[in-house]
Amino acid sequence: MNLILHVWRQASPTARGRFETYTANDVNEEMSFLEMLDVVNEQLIANNQEPIAFEHDCREGICGSCGVVVNGEPHGPHRGGATCQLHLRHFKSGDEIWIEPFRAKAFPVLKDLIVDRGALDRIIQAGGYVSVRTGSAPDANAVLVPKQYAEQAMNAAECIGCGACVAACPNAAAMLFTAAKVSHLALLPQGQPERTQRVEGMVARVNAEAFGHCTNHGACEAACPKGISVDFIARLNRELLKAAVLPPQEP
Amino acid sequence: MLLDAKIPGGPLASKWSEHILHSKLVNPANKRKYHVLVVGSGLAGASAAATLAELGYQVSCFCFQDSPRRAHSIAAQGGINAAKNYPNDGDSVARLFYDTIKGGDFRSREANVHRLAEVSSNIIDQCVAQGVPFAREYSGLLDNRSFGGAPVSRTFYARGQTGQQLLLGAYQALSRQIGLGTVKMHPRTELLDLIVVDGACRGIVVRDLVSGQISSHLGDAVVLGTGGYSNVFYLSTNALGCNTTAIWRAHRRGAGFANPCYTQIHPTCIPQSGDYQSKLTLMSESLRNDGRIWVPRTPGDRRNPANIPDGERDYYLERLYPSFGNLCPRDIASRRAKEQVDSGRGVGELSNGVYLDFSEAIGRLGQPTIQARYGNLFDMYARITGEDPYRVPMRIYPAPHYTMGGLWVDYNLMSTIPGLHVVGEANFSDHGANRLGASALMQGLADGYFVLPVTIGNYLAGPRPAPLAADAAAVRAVEDEVRQRVSKLVDNDGDLSPTHFHRELGRIVWNYCGMGRNAAGLRTALDQIPVLREEFHARVRVPGSGESLNQALERAGRVADYFELAELLCRDALEREESCGGHFREEHQTEEGEARRDDVNFAHVAVWEWTGASGQQRRHTEPLAYEAVELTQRSYK
Ligand SMILES: Cc1cc2nc3c(=O)[nH]c(=O)nc-3n(C[C@H](O)[C@H](O)[C@H](O)COP(=O)(O)OP(=O)(O)OC[C@H]3O[C@@H](n4cnc5c(N)ncnc54)[C@H](O)[C@@H]3O)c2cc1C
Ligand code: FES
Repeated sequence: MNLILHVWRQASPTARGRFETYTANDVNEEMSFLEMLDVVNEQLIANNQEPIAFEHDCREGICGSCGVVVNGEPHGPHRGGATCQLHLRHFKSGDEIWIEPFRAKAFPVLKDLIVDRGALDRIIQAGGYVSVRTGSAPDANAVLVPKQYAEQAMNAAECIGCGACVAACPNAAAMLFTAAKVSHLALLPQGQPERTQRVEGMVARVNAEAFGHCTNHGACEAACPKGISVDFIARLNRELLKAAVLPPQEP
Repeated sequence: MLLDAKIPGGPLASKWSEHILHSKLVNPANKRKYHVLVVGSGLAGASAAATLAELGYQVSCFCFQDSPRRAHSIAAQGGINAAKNYPNDGDSVARLFYDTIKGGDFRSREANVHRLAEVSSNIIDQCVAQGVPFAREYSGLLDNRSFGGAPVSRTFYARGQTGQQLLLGAYQALSRQIGLGTVKMHPRTELLDLIVVDGACRGIVVRDLVSGQISSHLGDAVVLGTGGYSNVFYLSTNALGCNTTAIWRAHRRGAGFANPCYTQIHPTCIPQSGDYQSKLTLMSESLRNDGRIWVPRTPGDRRNPANIPDGERDYYLERLYPSFGNLCPRDIASRRAKEQVDSGRGVGELSNGVYLDFSEAIGRLGQPTIQARYGNLFDMYARITGEDPYRVPMRIYPAPHYTMGGLWVDYNLMSTIPGLHVVGEANFSDHGANRLGASALMQGLADGYFVLPVTIGNYLAGPRPAPLAADAAAVRAVEDEVRQRVSKLVDNDGDLSPTHFHRELGRIVWNYCGMGRNAAGLRTALDQIPVLREEFHARVRVPGSGESLNQALERAGRVADYFELAELLCRDALEREESCGGHFREEHQTEEGEARRDDVNFAHVAVWEWTGASGQQRRHTEPLAYEAVELTQRSYK
């Protein structure tokens, strides 16, 4: 099959970007989207042009490195997968495809399709952990965790930190990302002691970064490669409310 | 090259506790005066960096990804071992120790492996306390499953994303320290060389992958947790950025490289579907718990699998290994699959796979149970192949996956360069010639959380080398070398891409130094690699500049180092005239086609010393003494 690609090219964070048009010829539907970009890049190198810069590493949907906007959708026209898991089966020969970086003020473009998502790391640094020094843990089975809580915590913990939720949100909010981590830890007994300061610290950090505010659009859930539910945003709001109204020691 | 493994005396079971007792301590008030550089933020690097910072050391941590959370460890699926014996099925530290030694085909150090088994339980405690959502039973207790090569259920798991959850635990611990200001994190930063002055490792030279700036960082000790080198095969299950550069540059500065030929080929990966393919996807080995592996009895049988009656199928692992069946160790399962495909029984469009069939398990347990156990793996398979594994058997084939070889370290995890420590997959220490499933995560976290934080004191509390200025000539000289290497690649008047050369190199290494190796093939590889390397340096083309984000340049630098490693890999394989674990020399096999070890001549670690040029390394040996176990031929029959 042959595809026509309009790809965002931008030399540096301060340079002006523009769409360039390339053709991907003789690609096949077994290929992944990123393998198709590899083919285009090999062609560019053969023509002594700079290849398209895009982020990727594991190529199996778990590291969260990859992520571009394909025809207006973060990670492209499939559900429940990252860009690296998108296959050309989703396209037909002759299709025109627009490929852009994740767009959000909090994610400045570094080059072409690569953005800086450091803000997400800073949110975790502001409280997205349990403060347990190495060596100080009790026996792993000393605290029982009801299976349904463990499962629900895992549903939230599956977040790969790709930032598609931010890119999909009309306000560029980081609510789903933050809610996933707050919920993961709030659902487990190990997360209880720091529950209040965690949610307050993380949300304060979100507000200090260039993210927008959540207005319950739900575009984040639809774009999430892990299908993380917006219900966790409701839980985040509950956690935040509890932190504000309950006295600190309240169990 | 002096190879003093520093294995403590006394009985095996008390070596580690005795060693802790006799290890030097850095006074708590003084720890902040020591600066440790940790390169790598995978399980080994992140756990080490976080723990060292908790202890009070000043830490700088480096990774090439945009965030430490994206290290390759994130991709581990199946699980992590620990000798908890929660299922009460007869597990113990001694049994985990024995299984690991045996699984490694009696080519690892007893003392290291015993220590690993001892600390395994603490790892699970630590991770649970961090909030790692391991699978649980309805009682709320932790659930376990069994994994290839283990006769007991000792594997802890978090759906099919155990590595992700463990890494996020370590990443969160690291993030806490970054937030507290005790760790300075340098993402998108690649180590390109090490600074060794008067024989001690004093720092590293790195390239900022965004600005292209080359700079150095000095410290009191350097820790490499930079992962394995499976990508020397080009196609592997590893993430695309995994590289050998860090350990290779350390090797060139004097660190002994141990057992490079011990590479692991994982039996259950999705077969290649075309030439454009950029990586191979692993289907977790846990699938072998419920899936049955078979091929048609008749070569060339192209029938739809559903139409092949049971009597015309060969469940070859169950036939050859009645007691372990589909759960025999990886090296065996891989080699046996290759045998089937080579004999014309391969299945799929390209006849390059074997079936992994769940129909019997689905019939016995019902689809919902199978879905609960492996749902995400089945989805992943369907997404990649376009086939539904609930209906059609999966097709699998072995792929390069893990490297047991790596930098030689002593019991303190220090390399032959004083001050340079190596943790995780980057070192050679615990898995001998073959790693058991779910043991890499265990080793990475054992090294980072529990071993290195103790043993690094033995170096730091020793005599301090003379101060080194950031602009000392010795530092500048290494920076200049790195700049020259970078400019040479960028300015080269070439015509072929770095990927082209990587693919060609991978083809040679896979064909001649993959699952089966023989002297003639290895010699062919050793003839071809230097020729291709020359061509690479003459013809590689890197568009763009060195002063900006340049992925072709990153790739080219990594491929250049893979060329040199590939040569050593083949030389090591040629010199090791025996078969053991993942190293299968076709000349050395039993009548039944099993690996035949030569314990008289090869019960040692081969350690290679750089002497100035690729292909010229000198081979040294560290004899392996076995006190607690008796060397037997592995039998999984
Ligand atoms: C698909 C897959 C599934 C697996 N499943 C399992 C499993 O179920 N159980 C199990 O026990 N093991 C499993 N393994 C093996 C296991 O995941 C790895 O061996 C282990 O995670 C390696 O951890 P590490 O910390 O040593 O290195 P990595 O996680 O590879 O981390 C390397 C780090 O070093 C950094 N780095 C590398 N080079 C440089 C450089 N030059 N400059 C700067 N930074 C650098 C990287 O940025 C990264 O942060 C699996 C492996 C694969 C590929
Ligand atoms: S490359 Fe890792 S998630 Fe896509």
